[in-house]
Amino acid sequence: LFVVIEMIMNYLLGAFKPACNISITFSDGKNRKQVPMKKENGQTDLVPLFQSQETLSGKVCIEPYQGKKVEHNGVKVELLGQIEICCPVSELLMAFVFSTEMYFDRGNFYDFTSLVRELDVRNYAPPPPINNSIKMEVGIEDCLHIEFEYNKSKYHLKDVILGKIYFLLVRIKMKNMDLEIRRRESTGAGANTHVETETLAKFELMDGTPVRGESIPVRLFLAPYDLTPTHRNINNKFSVKYYLNLVLVDEEDRRYFKQQEITLYRLKEDTSS
Amino acid sequence: MIADGAGEDEEKWLAAGAAAFKQNAFYMQRAIDSNNLKDALKYSAQMLSELRTSKLSPHKYYDLYMRAFDELRKLEIFFMEETRRGCSVIELYELVQHAGNILPRLYLLCTAGSVYIKTKEAPAKEILKDLVEMCRGIQHPLRGLFLRSYLAQISRDKLPDIGSEYEGDADTVTDAVEFVLLNFTEMNKLWVRMQHQGPARDKEKREKERSELRDLVGKNLHVLSQLEGVDLDMYRDTVLPRVLEQIVNCRDEIAQYYLMDCIIQVFPDEYHLQTLDVLLGACPQLQPSVDIMTVLSRLMERLSSYAALNTEVLPYFLQVEAFSKLNNAIGKVIEAQEDMPILSAVTLYSSLLKFTLHVHPDRLDYADQVLGSCIKQLSGKGKIHDTRATKELVTLLSAPLEKYNDVVIALKLTNYPLVLDYLDSENKRVMATVIIRSIMKNKTIIATAEKVEALLELIKGLINDLDEPQGLEVDEDDFEEEQNSVARLIHMLYSDDPEEMVKIISVLKNHFLTGGPKRLKFTIPPLVVSALKLIRRLPEEGDNPFGKEASVSATKIFQFLNQIIEALPSAPSPDLAFRLYLQCAEAANKCDEEPIAYEFFTQAYILYEEEISDSKAQVTALQLIIGTLQRMHVFGVENRDTLTHKAMGYSAKLLKKPDQCRAVYTCSHLFWLEDHETIQDGERVLRCLKRALKIANSAQQMTSAARGSTGSVTLFIEILNKYLYFYEKGIPQVTVESVESMIQLIKNEESLTSDPSAESFFASTLRFMEFQKQKGGVVGDRYEQIKV
Repeated sequence: LFVVIEMIMNYLLGAFKPACNISITFSDGKNRKQVPMKKENGQTDLVPLFQSQETLSGKVCIEPYQGKKVEHNGVKVELLGQIEICCPVSELLMAFVFSTEMYFDRGNFYDFTSLVRELDVRNYAPPPPINNSIKMEVGIEDCLHIEFEYNKSKYHLKDVILGKIYFLLVRIKMKNMDLEIRRRESTGAGANTHVETETLAKFELMDGTPVRGESIPVRLFLAPYDLTPTHRNINNKFSVKYYLNLVLVDEEDRRYFKQQEITLYRLKEDTSS
Repeated sequence: MIADGAGEDEEKWLAAGAAAFKQNAFYMQRAIDSNNLKDALKYSAQMLSELRTSKLSPHKYYDLYMRAFDELRKLEIFFMEETRRGCSVIELYELVQHAGNILPRLYLLCTAGSVYIKTKEAPAKEILKDLVEMCRGIQHPLRGLFLRSYLAQISRDKLPDIGSEYEGDADTVTDAVEFVLLNFTEMNKLWVRMQHQGPARDKEKREKERSELRDLVGKNLHVLSQLEGVDLDMYRDTVLPRVLEQIVNCRDEIAQYYLMDCIIQVFPDEYHLQTLDVLLGACPQLQPSVDIMTVLSRLMERLSSYAALNTEVLPYFLQVEAFSKLNNAIGKVIEAQEDMPILSAVTLYSSLLKFTLHVHPDRLDYADQVLGSCIKQLSGKGKIHDTRATKELVTLLSAPLEKYNDVVIALKLTNYPLVLDYLDSENKRVMATVIIRSIMKNKTIIATAEKVEALLELIKGLINDLDEPQGLEVDEDDFEEEQNSVARLIHMLYSDDPEEMVKIISVLKNHFLTGGPKRLKFTIPPLVVSALKLIRRLPEEGDNPFGKEASVSATKIFQFLNQIIEALPSAPSPDLAFRLYLQCAEAANKCDEEPIAYEFFTQAYILYEEEISDSKAQVTALQLIIGTLQRMHVFGVENRDTLTHKAMGYSAKLLKKPDQCRAVYTCSHLFWLEDHETIQDGERVLRCLKRALKIANSAQQMTSAARGSTGSVTLFIEILNKYLYFYEKGIPQVTVESVESMIQLIKNEESLTSDPSAESFFASTLRFMEFQKQKGGVVGDRYEQIKV
């Protein structure tokens, strides 16, 4: 998810050329951490990074072009969040002032533009107090019976998924076994709900057919993948969920899979990194 | 056709794989050259992806693997340099694990792990443990085997062994062992699994492919044996039980056979000796089809040579009761493998016998025990017909002979003849030949009747026909060879004690008489000779204080001789018995046994009359009779007269005149025996000579009548020589005149000059006379009187 802070002038609305040049500088602009952000046109831009609960302070500079004058009834600074959703829902623009909280993060299909200035806002979370492992037995009768275990149910974005797959019964010839990370994003509500799923990682865990009793280790580093934290039902408008999908492929290319949701969160990074 | 097509395809796939491999290796190298870690990882992973193929046979896959191995060495050096340049090895270890495909990922992980261990930033054991665990991800047998073999390769010099630079604080050798054992176990599982993949019709091909890969698995055992920290305790308590557990549990014939052999070959003999129980205990648990016999044979071979080379370890062999353990183990293995071929069982016992002969040469009871166990296996199976098994049985039976070089020892083995009994007649003969050869080679004298009896039991294949149908007609030459060897053997059966010797001879007689006519002609003569030798050794009759009461008397032996010669068949060679009779007669003569000597002569005469009909043979036989009779002094006048008279009669009845003539003049000797005044009858000597002359005359007339030419004068010259002989002896009846007239007679023969050989014969006779004359003395005087 992605947040925009936008300054809206009263002169706006595109039929006219702007009569002035508006620039914003943040008071700690030189020291603030900047992160790259992909724009619609594919180029990346560096944008300053803010956390929620932070205070924005700085200067807005309005310079009229030569020979032009700007009339105004005062300057109002608004912080605007934008969730941009492509088809099929027509553009949805939400603007609101963040007074105390900014909890939107950057997503993929709700790319975000700013007329004036873009900021990246990230929410950091402490490690969850309860973090159980995921353990489950699944199978197809008389054919395949496995038990898998992932060490946690909540992972931070640079975490590593550890676990093992234990084969209790194997009657099919397998080609390989992959662990996939899938992201499921949903927007809208009710009948207008739009869901999109994407496989972000396809990580081969096993090559060949194991025999009964074999246990295959899982070790998947999340860092190399472009992941974001899980969001559930933000403003009743959208959700981002992550799943681990264990896929077994047999020699006839049939796929057997089991999907398990995991929660991703962003751990407070060291200041050094 | 199909196979060829597959082969071609495989070549193509290998070529394609190798090309893609090369290309990525090139890019990887370029990335390395420009210190670009990210790209180096990317291209190396792509390069290693070629190893993911399922299309190549193990042989071709190995080709690709070796290329990968070389390239990974370069990458490893690069990793090492990177860590020196400040890249954290821990990060590197994580970084390589980002690869999406498991096989490249694990090759890279092993490579990075190798660097990790070298930097010593973490204990070697931890990293090794992680690596060997992670490798579980490859369940494809071929790819897994090669990956793990790569792991074994890179870890070899990095095991935390005792004395290694990677050794940790406490007992890390256990970790090293654990690591190798785990990798070994997993590799073996993969290797065994290969057997069960793919269609059944490719079984043979698969087994061939598997055997190509076996050294990858066995290498682990080799690594274990090289570990400094694997001492006897470690071996006995950890290594061996774990390895055996895997071997037994994998239930795979090929693996079990190969790995058992591997254990035996790679670990020290001393360890085997101390862990025999455990090692042998595993044998009966192996699959029935496993060629356990070879495995155990090799073990015993190794232990035997170990004992042979290090005599100081022999007490350990006793201490651990190596023999009885092996014996038991073999029994159990055979019991467990119900349909074990007889060959295997025999081979096992053969090895065990060799083992015990080497290790416990003093324990003959052990050897006998082995033979006993062997019998137990053979019993109820009848004669063995498997040629390889019989061959092995011959080897088994030859082993004690080779070891002790003394057949007497073998004779002490009570089970020996029982085992021998399981051979078919042909192989019994082979075995008998082996035994005889051993005796001859070692000049073993067998000195008691009991042992002779036992020995004959062993070689009975040569002594008689064994009451069973002959499988193949025995080659005549072979038969002769064999029987000759039996004949030679008889001279090795010898005792200084005449009483014992008699027993030996009678044992021999009893056995030989069952041999049938074909054998007797070979066996009887040496037996007769042996008996005659004995007679010669007997004390003079007078010297024997017990006189004829002594158990050994010449008379008895002569009776015995008579019996055995009688057994000789008259056809096809009556002359053999004939000669033996004469020989015996002569021996009886020496013993002053007149009736016996007369009996022998009678037998000889009967044979002459009834069996010897060929005129040439008659001539020879008659010469023998005359020669023998001439020397006989035992006969009284009457007997002698009878015999001489007969001989004279035979002479006169010869077919050809010259033969008659010669026989008759030879008979003259019968009447003149020097030093025996009773046998000096000049009258009859002269009569013989005259008669010979008469026959010679008629012979010449016959030739001139039949052929129109005068016959040879040779006969006359021969008769002259006889005259000279008796003249020289001083027989009064042979006068100077008779000699002179004889010479004159020859000189008058006109044919003399036409016959050069006769002429020179005559000349040399004259020269002899001249020579005798020159000698002077009594003889010279007598010749002086002859006027030529």
